[in-house]
Amino acid sequence: MNLIRCQTNTKTFLAILTATFVLSALRWEGNGFPAKMKLSEYPFFTGALAALSPAPNVFPYEVNAPLFSDYAEKARFIYLPEGTAMNYRDSAAFDFPVGAVIIKNFYYPHDFSKPEKGRRILETRLLVKEEKDWKALEYVWNTEQTDALLEVTGATFPVSWLDANGKKQSIQYVAPNLNQCKGCHSYDGQFVPLGITARQLNRVEGAENQLLAWQKAGKLSLPDHFNPNAAPRLTDYRLKPQTTNNNQQSAARAYLDANCGHCHNPHGPASTSGMFLDIFENNPERLGVNKPPVAAGRGSGKARFGIVPGKPAESILVYRMESNDPGIRMPELGRQLAHKEGLELVKAWIKEMK
Amino acid sequence: MTVGVFLCLHRRTFGQKEISMSRTLPICCWLVAIAATLSAQPALEKQLQTQLILAADGDTIALPAGNIILSNTLSLDAKKDITIRGAGQDKTTLSFKNQQQGAEGIKVTNAQNIVLEHFTIEDSKGDLIKTQAVNGLVFRDITARWNGKPKKTNGAYALYPVQCQNVRIERCTAIGASDAGIYVGQSDSVWVTRCYAKNNVAGIEIENTTNAWVYENIAAYNTGGVLVFDLPDLPKKRGGHVKVWKNKIIQNNHKNFAPKGNIVGQVPPGTGVMILATNDVEVHDNFIMDNKTASTAIVSYFITELPIKDKEYNPYPSNIHIHDNVYSEGKRTPTRKNKMGTLFWLKFGRRVPHIIYDGIQNPGWLAADGSLQPGYRICIRNNENGTFANIRAHKIGLFKSDISRDSKPYDCELNSLSDKH
Repeated sequence: MNLIRCQTNTKTFLAILTATFVLSALRWEGNGFPAKMKLSEYPFFTGALAALSPAPNVFPYEVNAPLFSDYAEKARFIYLPEGTAMNYRDSAAFDFPVGAVIIKNFYYPHDFSKPEKGRRILETRLLVKEEKDWKALEYVWNTEQTDALLEVTGATFPVSWLDANGKKQSIQYVAPNLNQCKGCHSYDGQFVPLGITARQLNRVEGAENQLLAWQKAGKLSLPDHFNPNAAPRLTDYRLKPQTTNNNQQSAARAYLDANCGHCHNPHGPASTSGMFLDIFENNPERLGVNKPPVAAGRGSGKARFGIVPGKPAESILVYRMESNDPGIRMPELGRQLAHKEGLELVKAWIKEMK
Repeated sequence: MTVGVFLCLHRRTFGQKEISMSRTLPICCWLVAIAATLSAQPALEKQLQTQLILAADGDTIALPAGNIILSNTLSLDAKKDITIRGAGQDKTTLSFKNQQQGAEGIKVTNAQNIVLEHFTIEDSKGDLIKTQAVNGLVFRDITARWNGKPKKTNGAYALYPVQCQNVRIERCTAIGASDAGIYVGQSDSVWVTRCYAKNNVAGIEIENTTNAWVYENIAAYNTGGVLVFDLPDLPKKRGGHVKVWKNKIIQNNHKNFAPKGNIVGQVPPGTGVMILATNDVEVHDNFIMDNKTASTAIVSYFITELPIKDKEYNPYPSNIHIHDNVYSEGKRTPTRKNKMGTLFWLKFGRRVPHIIYDGIQNPGWLAADGSLQPGYRICIRNNENGTFANIRAHKIGLFKSDISRDSKPYDCELNSLSDKH
């Protein structure tokens, strides 16, 4: 028994040593916002942590076109240091004050058809605005749901839930490591936020447009005579039915912008492919229409082109969205499951394409 | 691990007396602990990835000896002056056979002066080592391979620098890639030397890359030995200024096992050197033996029969210099598993010429007499057994051809490529 105790002590000692090392290595320059080992050490939430009730200076936000991450739901918040505000930008991410933090909590309701039965929070991702750059931090929740611990290498663990049809779903959930964060959050090699753009945030939440509400609250500075109806806005692809062609097209493009466009743009990590799926791309060839793959390897399957108009089954885009093989699937990170609804949308769009 | 647990359970089940339980339990736990360290992969994987994330500029990260089983990509981002060093190619093996996450084995991005050396890496789901946007990169004494028979489910590239500058790949071995063993894409200033590429679809491929020096390598038993390509629709538009010399390019007759849709899927088995739609390429003093279909092919992008929509793309090869190479004697029978090979077989039988030019020329580059103007010429001179044919691919078909074996129009010399462009 002594041996066991001895082992435990060594383990604890090593854990403390590692934690000290991790914290010192992650201490970033200058802005007085040191990384914490536990999520509960930040002033983001009040009351029981798992309730995710925002503290002062923390407010929720919603996006038009969410990123698919294995059907996990997300509770999103922004923390702004007292007396500071974000600056509006038309196409890039908003300009943030130093010390601001974007907080994204990933969870599954135990039963999607009965959300009142509670949820399991899996991870909380923080993006912290520093002097020059953004830094990512990854916190993984304990099973007791009392706190989340800093995990620079992320984590993999089993998760299951009942889907909207009452069917049990189980996966090995993967919380990313800090380098993987930048696998998507990258613009010309610099770390950037993705969802905090006009096109994602320009939407009505409750009774009011989010952007206007934040302006009123002094959290966002908008250009003079800002008109949300003239500002960029992605279609909420979740809204149904997508009846007209036009509607279907804008929903599919919004989906691709949010799920693929962060890498597949001329400044993103997938610029090497020459296939660009961000909302600004209007050249069909660069969107992948009749474009042969460059370095797709077995990712191309039996298909010859990225998109074959009218033929989703012959399009590499669809093949890679359908696959669960790590060497084939797209996006590379952040999913184990295929997104059925997203696939239907993209297939319908390609089918109608001439 | 399983053995340890089994022993513990065994003792628990069959231990006759209570007293023996108390004595055996700690031993059992030690057995489990020891077994766990032997296959302590999750812990080691986590430790290595932590080291890579927290590395300070200038650090060396040691990969321990042993067979290290990994489930996820090991990634390094935005660092300077980092060395990742194994205990030797025969001592440290990173195995991705059971990879669950990420497409690559190792991925290095947005970095400067990175050295990867002295280890073996194998069986990733996607590429084995991908490096993107790295300035100053060395791959040294690395074996990167997929085990077993070469197959289309192997990853695309073994060593894959893309959008990198100042890359040295030396004394590396690449085996079994379903696209290219050593693939340098959209990069600048690249040295590939003393490497061995075998059983890949393409052994060494230089694509949309400028200033590449490929010398003293062995490319053997691939589908194609050395490929120098410029492809359309890429951010880095033009490659070229590539010198290939003193390589041994032997028996690249392997069945093409690239997945359909890949451009290298079109390379005929039996290709030694293929120069496609690029410029300023010098191929000299190579030993190009027993490649059965096309020892050296100089072709335009039209040979792929793929549509070209990139308006800035130049589909024609130009300023190509093939000289002083040694080709094998005697008869060779081209492959019939490929359209190009079948045509060669029909037209040439077992006497397919070593150096084949597709003859598709940019009309804007021609002088009044129909020859290519200086600056765009194809020069072929002084190759041992260097038989030649211009197949005029635009006029070739099953029952028609306008093949010319006259090498006189191409008997010329170009300035040797210097190290500086």
